[in-house]
Amino acid sequence: MKILTGNDLASGDVVWWDGKGWSRDVNDAVDVGDAADAILAAEEAALRVNVSYAIAATRDQHGVRPAHIKDRIRALGPTVRLDLTLKPGDTGAANRVI
Amino acid sequence: MYQYDQYDQAMVDARVDEFRGQVLRRLSGELTEDQFKPLRLKNGLYLQLHAYMLRVAIPYGTLNGRQMRLLGDIADKYDRGYGHFTTRQNIQYNWIKLDDTPDILAELATVEMHAIQTSGNCIRNISSDHMAGAAADELVDPRPYAELLRQWSTFHPEFDYLPRKFKIAVIASDTDRAAMRLHDIGIQIVKNDAGEIGAKFHVGGGMGRTPMIGPMIREFVPALQMVSYAEACLRVYNRYGRRDNKYKARIKILVHEIGADEYRRQVEEEFAHILTLGLEPPQAEFDRIAAFFADPGLESGVLDKVDRSDPDFALWLDQNTAPHKQPGYAVVVISLKPTGGIPGDATADQIRLMAELSTAYSLDELRVTHTQNIVLPHVKKADLYTVWQKLDAAGLGSANLDLISDIIACPGLDYCSLANARSIPLAQKISQRFADMDRQRDLGELKLKISGCINACGHHHAGHIGILGVDKRGIENFQLSFGGSEAADTSLADITGPGFSEDGVVDALEKATNVYLAQRAEGERFLDTYRRIGMAPFKEAIYG
Repeated sequence: MKILTGNDLASGDVVWWDGKGWSRDVNDAVDVGDAADAILAAEEAALRVNVSYAIAATRDQHGVRPAHIKDRIRALGPTVRLDLTLKPGDTGAANRVI
Repeated sequence: MYQYDQYDQAMVDARVDEFRGQVLRRLSGELTEDQFKPLRLKNGLYLQLHAYMLRVAIPYGTLNGRQMRLLGDIADKYDRGYGHFTTRQNIQYNWIKLDDTPDILAELATVEMHAIQTSGNCIRNISSDHMAGAAADELVDPRPYAELLRQWSTFHPEFDYLPRKFKIAVIASDTDRAAMRLHDIGIQIVKNDAGEIGAKFHVGGGMGRTPMIGPMIREFVPALQMVSYAEACLRVYNRYGRRDNKYKARIKILVHEIGADEYRRQVEEEFAHILTLGLEPPQAEFDRIAAFFADPGLESGVLDKVDRSDPDFALWLDQNTAPHKQPGYAVVVISLKPTGGIPGDATADQIRLMAELSTAYSLDELRVTHTQNIVLPHVKKADLYTVWQKLDAAGLGSANLDLISDIIACPGLDYCSLANARSIPLAQKISQRFADMDRQRDLGELKLKISGCINACGHHHAGHIGILGVDKRGIENFQLSFGGSEAADTSLADITGPGFSEDGVVDALEKATNVYLAQRAEGERFLDTYRRIGMAPFKEAIYG
């Protein structure tokens, strides 16, 4: 699947396109097919996202998994500070990123 | 330490107001990201993996207690309760919001701090010896010279858009504690045969994808002509540096390609011209700057003994303190490398504690080291035990300075958008594997440095043992190297061979240290043994 990501302009938070807006949770990301460029152009112009781009991903039993490790770490947060990630109680989260 | 005059303060305040307007224009859409990016970078604001990152300048690594206290407060108020001290003596905050940034910079300006010269293709924050003004082995305090260069370089219009970033280090002792020859310009303050103070210039050093040791370009420049000589060095680079290729744009490539002799000839020609213009700073201005650093209030006749009866304290004393030029005082190095910790990270509470200790016990001074530790430069020997107890209670008492667990590690792929691999988890695994302090002390001085990409922020080229993280078809892989040094015996490390997985490189490290233990001669460090016996025995143990 092809999904969209970027950063919130004001907060810098990592965000994912959920079909209607931008979610902090990668598991909300939807497959945009061939619509990536059009969505990104409109959303950047409307200041709803910053430095956005399309990436390849898959969906498995744990949720949406970006193809590249860099985006998997973006989706989780720093693997060395699980307390600051979106899954602070999930001790296995860092291992699944790798 | 230096205090702003009205011009310094007015410039920094004006810069904050200017950036506040730029942020508002970005948030309103008046500026695109392409237009805004160079403006935010000029104010130290990056966009990293998870959020904006603000890098705050700490000129030549020197801070007072009030400044350090504010750094802790900013970590609490605007970030997530911690800061990261960097390999260029700065501090970074990893979770900054764009709309908070002007307020943060305004607060920093109240204590004479800013984020200028922490990004972009300009002359970056000037670094220096973290024991300046205290070390028993220094010729003079190098910081007045660093401050002179700071004033010259800040907002210098000719050098604001160089081919690439430009880093300068200034030292004043033969013991290089600032990796001087691995900078674009490395300056050592020296005395000539006539007893005059001046500067020795090395130009064209650096790490990154093409590491080079800066050749000596001039043996002696009279002190007050130092700025003009630096200007000549920069002017030749600005004219001929490779703007067509980012990867060949640093001055080291220019000096290498045309040769040190030809580069020197051009610099001397330019220098001769600049001298005719009479632009050197007047002695009175240098004296005004130097007066700020003259005497922090050291007392004479202070007790010169330490009670070593607590064995844990004695270990810390031997490992983490250094001789001070004034009898009765010591230089304390606070390790930010606890076992399993994140190198260079400190919580807001720890930062404030170090601020309090500086005010109470170190004449209100601190230093940030390029090895990601903190220095209390002027501690009375009689106060060392109290200081250690307070540090130890706050998790800052690790007695591991210059041992294998005193690891430099860049933020790596956990935070940095440029990184290919995670440096921090590897540093944590190594420090846990070698957690036994008796074993660490037996291994002795062993400088281990980890970078998460070829940009080498973790100084891996200069590690006795260096590790470089690379991306091997989407999998983290780590190249091991031996034999680097950033000290006075500067050398670049040699790659051992094929890379390893994260666990594999920790195992390889253990095998390499076993070779050292088996083959070392009396008094040899790991680096000395490697230089004597070469790579072959290590390679055989690691790959055999």
